[in-house]
Amino acid sequence: MSGWRVAGGGGPVIPNFGQPSACLKHNGWFCTDWLTKHWGDTLQPALIQHIQLTLIAVGIGFGIAFLLALVGFRWRVFDAPLGGFADLLYAIPSLALFQLLVPLTGLTVTTVEIALVSYTLFILYRNIIAGLRAVPDDVLESARGMGLTRLQTFLRVELPLAAPAILAGLRIATVATISIATVAAFLIQDGLGAPIFDAIETPDLFKTELLVTGGLAILLALVADALLAAAQRTLTPWNRLR
Amino acid sequence: MPTEAAELVFDEATKVYPGREGAAVDHLSLTVPAGEICVLVGPSGGGKTTALKLVNRLIPLTSGYIRIDGKQIGDYDVTELRRSIGYVIQQVGLFPHMTVEGNIGTVPRLLGWDRKQIRERVAELLELVGLDPQQDRRRFPAELSGGQRQRVGLARALAANPALMLMDEPFGAIDPIVRARLQDEFLRLQQELRKTVVFVTHDVDEAIKLGDRIAILRQGGRLAQYDTPQQILEQPVDDFVADFVGRDRALKALSLRKLGELELASATGDGLPRLPADTSLRDALALLIAERRDAVLVVSADGTPKGVATREDLLA
Repeated sequence: MSGWRVAGGGGPVIPNFGQPSACLKHNGWFCTDWLTKHWGDTLQPALIQHIQLTLIAVGIGFGIAFLLALVGFRWRVFDAPLGGFADLLYAIPSLALFQLLVPLTGLTVTTVEIALVSYTLFILYRNIIAGLRAVPDDVLESARGMGLTRLQTFLRVELPLAAPAILAGLRIATVATISIATVAAFLIQDGLGAPIFDAIETPDLFKTELLVTGGLAILLALVADALLAAAQRTLTPWNRLR
Repeated sequence: MPTEAAELVFDEATKVYPGREGAAVDHLSLTVPAGEICVLVGPSGGGKTTALKLVNRLIPLTSGYIRIDGKQIGDYDVTELRRSIGYVIQQVGLFPHMTVEGNIGTVPRLLGWDRKQIRERVAELLELVGLDPQQDRRRFPAELSGGQRQRVGLARALAANPALMLMDEPFGAIDPIVRARLQDEFLRLQQELRKTVVFVTHDVDEAIKLGDRIAILRQGGRLAQYDTPQQILEQPVDDFVADFVGRDRALKALSLRKLGELELASATGDGLPRLPADTSLRDALALLIAERRDAVLVVSADGTPKGVATREDLLA
């Protein structure tokens, strides 16, 4: 199984317990003694790395997608090519993308982030453009008629009105990135993917580690989604009324 | 630009859209005196809305001139020009993400008024257009009815006390009962504010009710007649105008005059139907027909008899 892995796993996963519990001896699904013992040295660091991977990917992805969307929104001729480019990136299987990038950037966080960022672009670009395009004509006409400049119209009218769509895009991109980032463990020992792979590589499959780490990844996605949903409601109170 | 009402002059104003045959507005010349309501009316394709949007340069002139208080619109900075003109459209175009207060304060904010000044102005305007300054200011447009939205639209256009108002079918999407009420309130407001108003509608009755002067535009954006409602109803210049105002134009003319304006015979009116002096001649005639009577007793607001108006008086 490890033959096709790009990066090797760490040390032995089931550590040398002085007195392993009965649960661990039988490779149970949820051994609390392992959990408490290895929260500090395995799970917590992996969780924090995972959050970092996600934040950097979504942050950079949003920055790039926003700039591209501005171009596609302002000059409509660029919309189709830019959108097509984002679609294409999204369509490349993540493992294949990693393999393509490794010769260029090596087994590094950079490689992982390039891949993760390219997956956020499609979701974010499409949502930002759709949000900006959805601003009603009568609203734009009254803005122009009242003497808002092009920039004022963008900052005070178009951008706030696109905010719900943009935030919706951020939610989807964040949850998707949290999920895809587990695959980063093919390249680097970062994030929640690493313990998951370690569990899989353990002879007989280390069930507790698999379940707990997988569960953490799911929990992280749910929490991130809930936080962004709350932000959406707080930032765009008018949107619920429509 | 002055904040008191401004005189608006169209001088051979012409708009030709590139690639389209014929003009949208064709050598339009007319003067709207300061403080008057000019209604642009006509069939679709008559260029009413185009003529309106030429004024705040949402549509650029092809040739000719438009002057506000003697100064050509092209000589104003376009942003300043638009901020100094109130603009109301049929779909209102309120900003859905801003409260009523935020919407009304838009132009004052752009002009750099301070917060307190804006708050006071918003409260004043809400009162003026018949909304509740306390309750309604924090509402979002989605929480308002169509009529309320249009009131906010009007307040927003009035916010920076413009010398000129451009209104593009503002009551066109509102149901007839609310529309009539908004028209009445708009006239009451205008008594107070005396703005120069250019008002576009396709509804002749609305034009007659609101206009100090009516400009009837025909296909191709040519001016057919520019006159007071009375003149247009009583002396249409040609068949087009006569057709456009309708076969009932004599009745419409009656609706422009009130019982109180008649010379009343001071005969006693025992047993006659009593009507207040501000009833239109048209409504009075309708009552005579319905009740098969020949005269009404005109009374003042407090019910004191003022005199008798006969059927002949109404039709004279």
